[in-house]
Amino acid sequence: MNGASLLDFARGPGFEVAVAMLAFGVVWRLVGILALRRPVDHSEPRTGWGWVGGLRLVFSRSWPRREFRERVLHWDIISYLFHIGYAVAILGYVPHILVIRNLTGLRWPGLPGGVIAFFAGISAAALLALLGHRMSSPVLRRLSNFDDYFSWLAVFAPLVTGLMAYYNMGDSYQLVLGLHVLFGDLLLAWLPFGKIMHVILFAFSRATTGTVYGRRGAAL
Amino acid sequence: MADETIAEVLEKRGFTRRAFLQLCATVTAALALSPADAAEMTRRLQSAPRPTVIYLSYQECTGCLESLTRSFSPGLASLIFNDISLAFNDTLQAAAGEAAESAKDTAMKKAWGKYLLIVDGSVPLPQNGAYCTVAGRSAISDLKHAAGGAAAVVAVGTCAAFGGLPYASPNPTGAVPVSDIVRDRPVINVSGCPPIAEVITGVIMYYTTFGLPALDRLRRPTNFYGNSIHDRCYRRPFYDRGLFAKTFDDEGARQGWCLFELGCKGPVTHNACPTMKWNGGTSFPIESGHPCLGCSEPGFWDKGGFYRPLSVPTGHWSRAGVIGGAAAAGAVTGLAVAAVARSRQDRAQKNRQSGTDKKNPKP
Repeated sequence: MNGASLLDFARGPGFEVAVAMLAFGVVWRLVGILALRRPVDHSEPRTGWGWVGGLRLVFSRSWPRREFRERVLHWDIISYLFHIGYAVAILGYVPHILVIRNLTGLRWPGLPGGVIAFFAGISAAALLALLGHRMSSPVLRRLSNFDDYFSWLAVFAPLVTGLMAYYNMGDSYQLVLGLHVLFGDLLLAWLPFGKIMHVILFAFSRATTGTVYGRRGAAL
Repeated sequence: MADETIAEVLEKRGFTRRAFLQLCATVTAALALSPADAAEMTRRLQSAPRPTVIYLSYQECTGCLESLTRSFSPGLASLIFNDISLAFNDTLQAAAGEAAESAKDTAMKKAWGKYLLIVDGSVPLPQNGAYCTVAGRSAISDLKHAAGGAAAVVAVGTCAAFGGLPYASPNPTGAVPVSDIVRDRPVINVSGCPPIAEVITGVIMYYTTFGLPALDRLRRPTNFYGNSIHDRCYRRPFYDRGLFAKTFDDEGARQGWCLFELGCKGPVTHNACPTMKWNGGTSFPIESGHPCLGCSEPGFWDKGGFYRPLSVPTGHWSRAGVIGGAAAAGAVTGLAVAAVARSRQDRAQKNRQSGTDKKNPKP
């Protein structure tokens, strides 16, 4: 398969299957989780506003607590660099916006290519640092499984091939672009089935935890 | 006559030494060669034997030949066709019918093994090539015979190079490019719909002087097809700045912003349009306000639409249908999984209450 046919496949049937898997997987997991029976809490509620704790936790967990700050703050910052850089690259680059417009009809102004490349570069560097940390930390290494490494790859591959396409690296632009789109398809298809699903589930899990502990009067 | 050198032919035509040197410098510049190569070209053209060129046309629209004969540097084109020797071209020559076929056979026999064969158009394979016949002979057998005596084959135009329009889905005549048929001779693809006239003549001149040019993986000469349209496009700074025309008559279009959103295929198209340009160097399609169609790339008719941006999905699938259907299937699966999980939850609860839960026995 040459670059042109790879690009055709990635933009055509590959993308269609990826979007179908994304829609299927996201709804399956959300419905599957939300339709589960919640355990009945027989304890006396300390407050009638438990849901406020849930809402609060969605945001308060976005920053490390004072007790842990010294140990993990720099990794949190690197993680933020990755997430923000990735979001800017996806949502700010005009060719990506055109894909979203094609699917949803929504559109917004894009950013210059140089700005996108800067953020994408930062994001890629942060991802590499985070992988190094995961592999060098004995605790994280033990906690990590196939899902963690494959999800890292699914996130990193479209980023690095996108940068390669932007800077015209590699023998064939079409091949690099085809790989970029194909890895983008892989990311969409894998998203609901691995840990990357946290982009949607983080709010649900934090809100649930916050509501339960808020009801019990825990400090959040 | 075929033993004459090019310099001798030009001298007979009244070319002065100065005019000959100017011609070599012009051709060298057109071929994007270094200035030092002009001297080399002069030396080689002086001693190079006059080549025989045979031009065959199959499934094509004659647009390539139109482009060539309307070249903005007629000196170069006429040099090739009048002076260097175009032994056969059924569209341009006065002879027709048996006289034309006989002229072709004679020219081929005379220069057998040495002539340059130019092919314009794709070749159909099914029904023993019955969809395209010339003088009662199928294009495929005609091409095989002609290629057998050629030193090299130049496939001019996207139809000859990659199949072009006849090859487009559903390819009713089973057309194939020249390189699918000619496998034992060097094939140079000069793609484009049509190719730029100066590129065609430049390739012939290069072959005459230096032999086979360096080719890319699609067998196109790298001195003309080495860069993408996007790489050399004067609108590229607007792409980099994220400034795009969104319709053909909006403010962006008037300001000359990038045409990517209007479907420009420049980033994946390799050709010399931005540097050689058309119509005497007047402009090229993007300069005239139209996105690049990608006509020098294989299968450009079937790339999902000329006006569809390069990044967006191709195919005519129903977005709402696919996404909605997949989401509905996901919801059903999610509910089924939740129902199973709920029954397990109930069973575990019952076991805990009755004290039969082996995993979590009552203390």
